[in-house]
Amino acid sequence: MSDVATPDEELVEEETVEPEPELHGAPVTVVAGQNVLHATVETYPELLANLQAEAFGQVVDLCGVDYLLGGRSDVPASIETKRFEVVVNLLSHAKRERIRVRAQVAEGESIASIFDLYPGTEAMEREAFDMYGIDFHGHPDLCRILMPENWQGHPLRKDFEVGRIPVQFKAAPRQG
Amino acid sequence: MALTEDTETTDSGQADDGLVGDASRVTGIDNAVLRMSEAEVAALTQETTDEFGDSKMIINMGPSHPSTHGVLRLMLEMEGETVLRSKPIIGYLHTGMEKTGEQLTYLQGCTNVTRMDYAAPLFTELAFSLAVENLLEVEIPDRATWIRMMMCELNRMTSHLLFMATNGMDLGAVSMMIYGWREREEVLRFFEKVTGLRMNHNYIRPGGVAADLPDGWQEDVLGLCDLIEPRLEEYDILMTGQPIWRERLQGVGVINEAECLALGATGPLLRSAGSSWDLRRDMPYLAYDDVDFDVIIGTYGDSFDRYAIRLNEIRESIRIVRQCVANMPKGDYRVQNKKVTPPPRARIDESMEALIHHFKIFTEGFKVPEGETYAAVESPRGEVGVYLVSDGSSTPARMHVRAPSFVNLQTLPHLMHGGLLADAVAIISSVDPIMGEVDR
Repeated sequence: MSDVATPDEELVEEETVEPEPELHGAPVTVVAGQNVLHATVETYPELLANLQAEAFGQVVDLCGVDYLLGGRSDVPASIETKRFEVVVNLLSHAKRERIRVRAQVAEGESIASIFDLYPGTEAMEREAFDMYGIDFHGHPDLCRILMPENWQGHPLRKDFEVGRIPVQFKAAPRQG
Repeated sequence: MALTEDTETTDSGQADDGLVGDASRVTGIDNAVLRMSEAEVAALTQETTDEFGDSKMIINMGPSHPSTHGVLRLMLEMEGETVLRSKPIIGYLHTGMEKTGEQLTYLQGCTNVTRMDYAAPLFTELAFSLAVENLLEVEIPDRATWIRMMMCELNRMTSHLLFMATNGMDLGAVSMMIYGWREREEVLRFFEKVTGLRMNHNYIRPGGVAADLPDGWQEDVLGLCDLIEPRLEEYDILMTGQPIWRERLQGVGVINEAECLALGATGPLLRSAGSSWDLRRDMPYLAYDDVDFDVIIGTYGDSFDRYAIRLNEIRESIRIVRQCVANMPKGDYRVQNKKVTPPPRARIDESMEALIHHFKIFTEGFKVPEGETYAAVESPRGEVGVYLVSDGSSTPARMHVRAPSFVNLQTLPHLMHGGLLADAVAIISSVDPIMGEVDR
């Protein structure tokens, strides 16, 4: 948290740096040999449609991440960081290549569901909604998947404390 | 042998035809998924209107049903004996393991993830360790790599043997249940010798493995291979060629390649539809480049193909294990990087620094550089991946496990659509879900 509030001068300096590398029309960084594309809520649906056209036929994973406590320095300057990220891992069998999309989502904001492109994301988006409260518009059945239907709150958020529900250990009632 | 007509093996290097998951195909048969909440279903059953009158009904299967492999619950819309739409309902085993993972250090993390896929615990440990090593940028020694590979292949055998056992049990071949468990137990006995535990080993750790292989391991491992290989022939006699067995499985739960890709299915489910995709061959990790094995694929995408693929994958695993025994390199079983590795036990008795170092590693853990990474391996059920986000401290900021069973479960409504209720049991069994990793 302490190092988040960097002065604005640094941002001004960074603008003089040469333009960011792009791939499939989105800013790209490379992590451990894998391309990571960065998206906003607006660019996300088009980017995924582009990737599907580029033979990325399978979404292997989609999950949410909560950056409430900070600790993120690897997002290109052109992308404004938000509290949540939706991280999509795609796989191309033809190219034998993985690619990852990190989309920034603010609290209370809604992001497009990619169910129409990749029906396999149905359960994954439900999980991200269940755990983080990220709203996916256009999802056919956005409801809780792992937590009970009447559960309050979203447990993987950083402000959802561990141990906030006390566990009571009781002896088994005696028979007779 | 009867198997050859239904499965074929391919060598490596075959180019894929660039097939892209055709979403419209799956959304076109969207009526396979029952998208209703419990309350809506309850309201419907109260009404019994004409539209939803006598011909159709919605029934519950599970969560505590012997053939659902744990606590899977299915809501089935039935017309007579025919399954129309269905919806898997999960979460009964949800214990917040991803949240727990954020509280544990990277060293403790393995004890957590190993409990997810309890039939193949080493694979989740491996994916987690690879992800941590990606962030740490450490290279692990050759011996550790080969030990990991051998143990994983043995684990694949136990997992597939467990599938053989439960699949047999679900379909009424009860003797197969006993045989599958018998052989699996032999391998688990070896695991106990190496790791100290039959299951939930916590053996593969960031930086290598927990302990070197015990003396005489070669005889043990080769003994296992020699024991299990002829038993697989017995399974063939018992089941593969049997008319009843074939009748129950052939043409049941058919799926094609485009549907598998669109739904994110991986592992034997994808290979049964004829897609030759195995991470071990196509995106090699560990030392899979240096061993010979075939990727088994099916042609019809039915439950029989999935059974036959798993049976033959045990044979391929035995082949890999034999090569591991022959080529096991000498050297360290974990990386000699003081930052990651605790000092050897003997040093603790003589050196104060070693004691402090040991204490620090096991209480505070080691710090991992800031960043995010995704590592995936081919588990017996498909691609198991770990997405890790580190904020530079000694616990992950986010640990997400991409569980193959969780994703594969989405194919269930499509596999069961239009089939009989009795076949639903065969289909659930052939997808081989492990609820521990579905619910996490």
